[in-house]
Amino acid sequence: MESAAVRARSVRALPRRWVWAGAAAAFLLVSLLVGALVGPTRLGVGDVLASLLAHAGVPGMHPHLSATDETILWQIRLPRVVLGALVGAMLATAGASYQGVFRNPLADPYLLGVAAGAGLGATIAVAYAPSRQLLPPAAFVGGAVAVALTYLIGSSAGRERSGATLVLAGVTVVSFFTALQTFVQQQHSDTLQQVYSWILGSLPSSGWNDVLLLLPYVGIALAALLLHRRLLDVLSLGEEEAASLGVDVGRVRLAVVLAATIGTAGAVAVSGLIGFVGIIVPHAIRLVVGGSYRVLLPLSVVVGAGFLVLADVVARTALSPAELPIGVVTAFCGAPFFAVVLRTSRKTFG
Amino acid sequence: MIALDAVSVTLGGRRVVDSVSLEVGVGEWVVLLGPNGAGKSTLLRAIAGLVPFDGTIRIDGDDMRTLRRREVARRVALVPQVPATPPAMTVADYVLLGRSPFVSYLGSESRGDVDAAEAALARLELEPFAKRALGSLSGGERQRAILARALAQASPALLLDEPTTALDAGRQQQVLELVDELRVERGLTVLSAMHDLTLAGLYAQRVVLLSGGRIAVEGDPRDVLTEAAVEEHYGARVRVVEGAVVLVRR
Repeated sequence: MESAAVRARSVRALPRRWVWAGAAAAFLLVSLLVGALVGPTRLGVGDVLASLLAHAGVPGMHPHLSATDETILWQIRLPRVVLGALVGAMLATAGASYQGVFRNPLADPYLLGVAAGAGLGATIAVAYAPSRQLLPPAAFVGGAVAVALTYLIGSSAGRERSGATLVLAGVTVVSFFTALQTFVQQQHSDTLQQVYSWILGSLPSSGWNDVLLLLPYVGIALAALLLHRRLLDVLSLGEEEAASLGVDVGRVRLAVVLAATIGTAGAVAVSGLIGFVGIIVPHAIRLVVGGSYRVLLPLSVVVGAGFLVLADVVARTALSPAELPIGVVTAFCGAPFFAVVLRTSRKTFG
Repeated sequence: MIALDAVSVTLGGRRVVDSVSLEVGVGEWVVLLGPNGAGKSTLLRAIAGLVPFDGTIRIDGDDMRTLRRREVARRVALVPQVPATPPAMTVADYVLLGRSPFVSYLGSESRGDVDAAEAALARLELEPFAKRALGSLSGGERQRAILARALAQASPALLLDEPTTALDAGRQQQVLELVDELRVERGLTVLSAMHDLTLAGLYAQRVVLLSGGRIAVEGDPRDVLTEAAVEEHYGARVRVVEGAVVLVRR
């Protein structure tokens, strides 16, 4: 009887994975708290916690914050922190999923043209639309159209449909859309500044509207991707071996690409192009925890969320009162961090 | 049991397998021989349902075209020539992937699947390696992990494409002995492609010599592996010593 329990432990090495899950959750909680505390107006830890608990309906808790501080916390800080968490979780998980589905360690959430399409959509909106309100939907539509085009071109390329053809189709669509975007920009050079600041990425401080707008996209996309984590492990054996294990590779790829694209397009629409998160977060987790997507995807959700919230804190405070583009922060902090992880890790990359 | 009737495979406009008819019975080990490009691997891939083919392939009496992909995977396990072994994946996770044909699309492995993977690990004495990354294993250990994954798949038929390339003599013997033990133990139907004529002669109950996609000769290894046949199909000069094919200098 005892040996069965011991044996069961060797296939499912659960204990160690729970440690990593706990560490990731702690990282996210600390990030969220730092995100809520730090800013031009300093808020106390105790006050913020009390306010959070009071709003969560914990009996006996009353907010000690002044009315102004309450507004700062609930209408400015928290929406932005939650938005950052959603965008970070989405980009990191989409990156990990693309890396799995294309078996390419350099794949990022923008691989199949979301960024180029969204960039074109945003540029057109800035150039021709009267209000800035139209930028997010235009970016979303542009991103979705670009990926749909990539998929059409990739899958019409003969019977030997593989991940590689799809990536090549992505390269084609990206060049084409980038050319179109540059053309529109040249025609409307007055829009350059606005488009450029969007491209560098930033989290808007516009209350809960953006959060509510983004939540369904990210929620559905993350749920779909997490459900595919076992299949991504199967796909890491290559298309043929996955097929010989009874897995419909084309169907898995379509489902994962669809989910990752919808989520990424939503994130890009509200926050612009935030680079690097989709690459460094999954790879840092891989180097520490190992290669299985069963662990990698859930951890990417949690660590990606925490990472972007912290990056936004830096973006808000480094040159305060001016704001740095968050994309600059993710690359500037992310690259050296990743170099350290890469150097100190002795595990082979998978 | 695997039964092929006039199976042909055309890849890139070239007929790689040409009207092959062949039967491999339950508990039998048949070895496909033939020079490079004779169509051995392609034939194995066709039986695993990975390439389109003409003709009929029956697995346990059922026409493969009527079986769903998952059902084929439950009946036939394929070990390709160079299987992908993601270096950071643990041996336990890797072997568990062999249970994929039994797990529903978005489901996860049941208790029974975990037990089957455990049993496969135990059978190949891989328990001490369960948590090790595939990238940290030696060639022989890795080959055992690959076999364990195929074993976890629990299919009655096993297709092996060059199972011993890149292994030293001792490991080659170990792996082939293991396959033979499993064949006897579980009545596995084994069809393997091999280059080493000596090893083929030692383990095969029947050999099938492919040449240009067609069956040139088939039968008992002692009858097929003659000095004249090897000279003709491989262009190699050999001597057959007590049933073992030995290369000699020209």
